[in-house]
Amino acid sequence: MPMSVKTFAQVDEAARALAASRSARYLGGGTLIMRAVNYGDQSFDTIIRTTDPRLKQIAQQGDMLVIGAGITMSEVIANRETAFLAPVARTVGGPAIRNMATVGGNLFAASPYGDFTAALLALDARVVPAGGQPISLDEFLNARERNAGLVIVSVQIPRLRDVNAFRYVKVSRVKPKGIAVMSIAAVLPMQAGRLANARVAYGAMGPRPLRALAVERALEGRSLDEAGIAQALAVATEGVDPPSDPIASDWYRRQIAPVHLKRLLLGQRR
Amino acid sequence: MIEFRKEYFADERDDNLNEIGKPTQRQDMLGHVTGRSPYFDDHLFDGLLHLKCLRSPHHHARIRSVDTSEAERMPGVKKVIRARDVPLNLNTLLSLMDFGLDDEPMLADKKVCYVGEPVVAVVAETERACFDAIAKIRVDYEVLPHVLDVEEAIKPGAPSVNPTYPTNTFLYHEKYDHQKLRFGDVEAALRQADHVVEGRYQMSPIEQAPTETCGAIAAPETNNRFVVYTSTQALFFSLGTAAKMLKVSSNRLHFIGGTVGGGFGGKVDSIHEPMAILGCMLTGKPVRYAWDREEEMQVGAPRGAERWYITDGVMNDGRIIARKFIGYFDSGAYTRLSSYAIIKGTGHLPGPYTIPNVSSDVYCVFTNRTPATAMRGFGITGVDFSIEAHMDKVASKIGMNPIELRILNSYRDGDMKAHRRLAKNTALIECCQVVAEKAKWKIGSEYKAMSSLKGGGGERALIPAHTAIDQKGMVRGSGTSSFGYQPQPYVPSTPTFPSTPAFPSVPAYTPAASSSPAPGAPERRPAENAPTPSSTYNPTPSQPATPVEQRPAVNRFSSISGLRRR
Amino acid sequence: MAKKPIQFQLNGSGQAIFAEEGSNLLDVLRRGVGDLSPKYGCGQGTCGTCTVLVNGEPRLSCLTLAETVEGQSVETTAGLAHGPQLHALQHAFMDNFAAQCGYCTPGMLMAAKALLDRNPSPSREEVVEAISGNICRCTGYEPIINAVLAAAQSGGRRYG
Repeated sequence: MPMSVKTFAQVDEAARALAASRSARYLGGGTLIMRAVNYGDQSFDTIIRTTDPRLKQIAQQGDMLVIGAGITMSEVIANRETAFLAPVARTVGGPAIRNMATVGGNLFAASPYGDFTAALLALDARVVPAGGQPISLDEFLNARERNAGLVIVSVQIPRLRDVNAFRYVKVSRVKPKGIAVMSIAAVLPMQAGRLANARVAYGAMGPRPLRALAVERALEGRSLDEAGIAQALAVATEGVDPPSDPIASDWYRRQIAPVHLKRLLLGQRR
Repeated sequence: MIEFRKEYFADERDDNLNEIGKPTQRQDMLGHVTGRSPYFDDHLFDGLLHLKCLRSPHHHARIRSVDTSEAERMPGVKKVIRARDVPLNLNTLLSLMDFGLDDEPMLADKKVCYVGEPVVAVVAETERACFDAIAKIRVDYEVLPHVLDVEEAIKPGAPSVNPTYPTNTFLYHEKYDHQKLRFGDVEAALRQADHVVEGRYQMSPIEQAPTETCGAIAAPETNNRFVVYTSTQALFFSLGTAAKMLKVSSNRLHFIGGTVGGGFGGKVDSIHEPMAILGCMLTGKPVRYAWDREEEMQVGAPRGAERWYITDGVMNDGRIIARKFIGYFDSGAYTRLSSYAIIKGTGHLPGPYTIPNVSSDVYCVFTNRTPATAMRGFGITGVDFSIEAHMDKVASKIGMNPIELRILNSYRDGDMKAHRRLAKNTALIECCQVVAEKAKWKIGSEYKAMSSLKGGGGERALIPAHTAIDQKGMVRGSGTSSFGYQPQPYVPSTPTFPSTPAFPSVPAYTPAASSSPAPGAPERRPAENAPTPSSTYNPTPSQPATPVEQRPAVNRFSSISGLRRR
Repeated sequence: MAKKPIQFQLNGSGQAIFAEEGSNLLDVLRRGVGDLSPKYGCGQGTCGTCTVLVNGEPRLSCLTLAETVEGQSVETTAGLAHGPQLHALQHAFMDNFAAQCGYCTPGMLMAAKALLDRNPSPSREEVVEAISGNICRCTGYEPIINAVLAAAQSGGRRYG
């Protein structure tokens, strides 16, 4: 099956073309799709792409920060509106990858990739598909395989009251950076010294980024100190399903999860 | 930062050399920084075809049938190559040095022995067309039990991996299932020792991971020759291997190499050149066969895994009087270079120490893993790691400073080594002294005063008056023409090779013996009371020794390094 | 098989070629145009050996769909020197023994050029970051980092 490439000026046209074909894949920055092409992936023979400028916008809309799906990691780093996400984007690949890899593409990156999506999950982001209503990222990820037929236009992030409540760490074996052993993103809002509605998400701890729901429950109403987080650490690996891959084993990922979660929650630098 | 400690061995060295010790520009540097260094893939050909292989998804399986009919009809496909198309589809790299039996096919025929073993090769106009055609090939496999651990592989009843070596060990010197080293009497010395310290060490396989993946391009040249651009680190190995497997005279092969995008030992296996030339012969077009990164990591031969058991006999004053090794090299499914790595490693024992009683049994074991090959210092790296880890264990066990222990037992100029060569230009003592100084590790003044130049030789230069020898591990049927393979007529594949065999016709292998030793099959015969390295190692029960029939002339089983006859 | 015309600037001169649909930029540069300076290392974005500059920014040519550079400017190591005059980075790589097998060198040079074009006097950490997507299996990186810093110190001027 020789490959064919279809380029559309409008994202809605691209979405319709993708929906109409069983053997088409949508190309964002290329880091996932071109790899599959290079390795002879037989599951598709058509590449669909769009040059629609809507995918390249970053804007505040009411209480939401909207990031176009075609925004690259480098553009996240360079833009003032997304400055709080720059530390996350910087952990993705080297400079060349960051000039290519997009926010939209990261939503589909298989474990152990997808660190940026783990951050979006902690930030309670919503995903906006072409011609459709926004859906919560939790919901989107739970049915990610089915959603492969969607073209994503943007992600929406609720405005953070306190930017400092957002924390993120990526654990990798190679310095200055490498593929994730795991990543952890957390939004830790405090009310009168107590955590309220904390959100914690893991990357590379399952087939897709996932919420650490048991940790979130254990943090509710607690203080951010050794005693306050003890219960959260005890349930750090509840509900995870880590892969065993060339980076780390399932066992290893489970062992280190509470260690890194503790450092993140207590703000300990390592 | 490099620091030269020129006070050492000053009188043995001339510091006024023209080149050594002075920076010199690499002759290839200008090519490197301008992007003009010609690696194998930097040669363009009109009408270049690409070759890719269908690979085994199983560790071990019998091939019941292969259906390539749909693949052959795919657009862009020029040729589908099967095992029967290979003029001589069985080889071992070191046959060029007359060491070992042919044991590895270019394309699997009857069975596959590791994940990624090539079964069918497709030559097509684009890489995409190769992938598409490979997806249409149907192979019916009967999955067989597999074995991935060296000690499991040599247990009775283990799956037989390699049909040429049905009991899963390389055959050394025509008779033993392992490489022996005997120097003095280890068992007697262990009985006299104040302490006996045992250890078990292992090193996993390591992929060399060169940035340039392995590959070759073969193209028709004038005068019925083929030009071959290759990434090989071993040009003449590749040339000889290609000539042998393709049954063409080597003067028809024009090999061009030398510019290698990183090798580290991983580019010596001569995999790509014979296949690319075969593709070129069968299509008349230039053919490129190169691994992608996933292939490089999965089927590119790594440094093999090693497992070592070391037993030391140590006196209260720290002198090591006996050291016994039992080693297992994981060769993967085929021999490649592990057999040779063991010869090299055995020559290195017992490390840079003078120990009067040394014995070693090292097994080259076949498992259903990717075949292993060379990597920087191969044969030495794993056992050196084991030896040095064990030195620390000995020091800890007897309560001695680990650097002092090393200095005390260091070899010195004039000492006899276990492989019966005198040590010279030794420098371990001085290295230890400098390391201790740099690490601010205290050592006694008597150890600071010791020197590699003093205290060696004399009694330490003598080969032990008595060396205990044994015939443990002698393989029944070895030393006779019945072992290994029997002559089998070779059926030429196609008449398109006007070739004169460059090598005497080499018989093909016989099918594997059943997995448990059958009557008449080669079998290990450990000596009575053979020491066992661990509870997991269970050699077959000992049997009475039987006279071994000698065969007069052996053409494929001599040893390298002059170890066979001295 | 379907081929598409692609036009772009390569090291300052116009290129117009036909490429198989779905081709990556690396294949088009090497087999289409004949610029052999970018190398294949992995085809999956992990090694950086194929790094080229697109509109001055480093990209992995093996993961770049070739037709996406239509009308754009591509730079490779083949265009780094001006005639016989080497770029400061090339001199510095030679002087600092920043290559052994040389296979990663073109990608390293492109990653480093993108850095110096944007930031003429980078810190050591910034150099490390700039080449963090490029794997070298020979040198251990130190000579490469030193070379990029030396090139920056030389003012990035061409000489030779």
